[in-house]
Amino acid sequence: MSDPGKPANHDKTSRGTAPEKITERAAEFTTVSSHPIRRLYTPDDLSTWDPDRDLGVPGEPPYTRGIHPRMYRSRLWTMRQFAGFGSAQDTNQRFRYLLSQGQAGLSVAFDLPTLMGYDSDDALSEGEVGKCGVAISSLADMEALFDQIPLGDVSTSMTINAPAAVIWAMYLAVAEKQGVDWKLLNGTLQNDILKEYIAQKEYIYPPKPSMRLVIDTFEFGLRNTPRFNPISISGYHIREAGSTAIQELAFTLRDGIEYVEWGIRRGLEVDSFAPRLSFFFNAHNDFFEEIAKYRAARRIWYKTMTERFGAKSARSTALRFHAQTAGCSLTAQQPYNNVVRTALQALAAVMGGAQSLHTNSLDEAWALPTEFAATLALRTQQILAHETGVANIADPFGGSYFVETLTNEAEAAALDYIRKIDDMGGMIAAIERGYAQREIADAAYRYQTAVDRKEKIIVGVNEFTGEEKPIEILRIGESVRAQQSGSLRKLRAERSGEELQRQLDALRKAARGSENLMPHIYAAVKAYATLGEICAAMRDVFGTHEEASVT
Amino acid sequence: MPEKKIRVLIAKPGLDGHDRGAKIIARALRDAGMEVIYTGLRQTPEMIASAAAQEDVDVIGLSILSGAHNTLVPQLIELLKQKGMSDVTVLLGGTIPDADIADLKKAGVAEIFLPGTSTQDIVKFVRQHAARKA
Repeated sequence: MSDPGKPANHDKTSRGTAPEKITERAAEFTTVSSHPIRRLYTPDDLSTWDPDRDLGVPGEPPYTRGIHPRMYRSRLWTMRQFAGFGSAQDTNQRFRYLLSQGQAGLSVAFDLPTLMGYDSDDALSEGEVGKCGVAISSLADMEALFDQIPLGDVSTSMTINAPAAVIWAMYLAVAEKQGVDWKLLNGTLQNDILKEYIAQKEYIYPPKPSMRLVIDTFEFGLRNTPRFNPISISGYHIREAGSTAIQELAFTLRDGIEYVEWGIRRGLEVDSFAPRLSFFFNAHNDFFEEIAKYRAARRIWYKTMTERFGAKSARSTALRFHAQTAGCSLTAQQPYNNVVRTALQALAAVMGGAQSLHTNSLDEAWALPTEFAATLALRTQQILAHETGVANIADPFGGSYFVETLTNEAEAAALDYIRKIDDMGGMIAAIERGYAQREIADAAYRYQTAVDRKEKIIVGVNEFTGEEKPIEILRIGESVRAQQSGSLRKLRAERSGEELQRQLDALRKAARGSENLMPHIYAAVKAYATLGEICAAMRDVFGTHEEASVT
Repeated sequence: MPEKKIRVLIAKPGLDGHDRGAKIIARALRDAGMEVIYTGLRQTPEMIASAAAQEDVDVIGLSILSGAHNTLVPQLIELLKQKGMSDVTVLLGGTIPDADIADLKKAGVAEIFLPGTSTQDIVKFVRQHAARKA
């Protein structure tokens, strides 16, 4: 562990001091996460810091400077815009448009019923179908979603968690129909159920059976889809729920540790599955704090994988991550300002060495983006990549007294949290006692109080406000639910009821035992069992999770 | 005699789990001295109406970020009418497009708080409205 070094007292040293009589704008300066920032950083702050040990070079341990030797000089980050709305047909058109505009990978946003494992025609789905993403209730919808998109040529990220195994099985079935070898499939499942209990709350089953399903996808992927990432361990939603940057870093990495422990307990060799673990972080407003967070994440993961788990393969120890700009930083007021916020956040992600990036659209404090807004967000990344020169060099802040100190501080604080959670007995124990949830709720409330008191300024919200005209936003009507209900009726009438029951019964039986559920889920999907039916079959066995709300 | 505390039910209708806003409002109203009951996630309009009746609240605060407001809010208000609870003040917070605001108010929502609203403005509004009824 690095020593954050003793804070230097710059009023008493000869280096860059400001005489006491010069008044400053504020009594104290802090990051957006309320981390204190001193007046100046000097070599004194890095007295115990060893550049060979703590920094290294890009592509080499401890990967502080990035995981590739040449970083963006060899390959730019993947511009991966998250999209999905309405029906599978609507989203298929948006995907084909985005690919035609130079986007390199697809990223599917599902609607809330899909995320919760309900079909579009379920009573609980009323009012929600196609609103926050695309409605996918069966293999037939998945076939329409990827119509004329060759799955062997694109990489597809799917933001799906509690029902991830089912949605993945549908994707694999489409690939099979297209005649694409599974071994060639590229993509990522989000599949991070721990952060659902902690932050986003789209869980279905209790933690233990949910973790079993996650490890089932790891194991199935090892044998069948060597290029597919079965998980994207996500801090993004933890941050959106109001955590600090350090909590985001700590809870995400501790989640990562939990998945590795469960994988090993299943009997998987750490170096067989760890190389396919990927991460997902937020890119928030505080520029240097974010860069330090990404750098610290790589260093902690390297040390954790080598020291805690004895990983030998370099790919097990190098933390790859996707970044998305901070949705929670977007303002409904003066929405064009969001273009500027997003560009600066994206710049931080690039300076921090992200492997792929999603930039939010200016209208997303109101609704899903219009095509105009989504295109502008993609153009923002293209300008960063091709006009600003930032992709010419890896880790431009390496060696900065300030950024190295922030990186050390982020690492030390995250390790404190990780130790605390270890002492509680791991992340599931910490979740069950509401620890992570309470830490985040407290941080969110502190931040809101600071905004209400104008200790933190949000342009256009609590300062620099003015009258404005509403912008045009995307509206999703209620017709998607009617359309989906019609096609589900037809699907249920046309499929073989006998085969369906056979597969659902087999799935229930397997769920009661301990075998890998992926082959059973795949067989049910192929029999055109709906998402709702498959999730209900597992609910019969696993039960559902109810949280004790922390307010 | 001490003044009767204002009773508020904070509810998250629909399937969405994003509860940052609901929790912040619950805590801000509680810090302002009100009695706050938080329903937890994924409440149907029926569950919210029953909880409001059972807890005998003066105010219901709904948090909706999913775009389902036009379906869920009128359902809740209709249920409150059926239960003879039309005097309960219904507030809505979340991502509500301008174009929907007039209809939601006509349906009976007392006020709609958009992203960026200060918690103190909400506290003030709740106090004034609850006081008017008392």
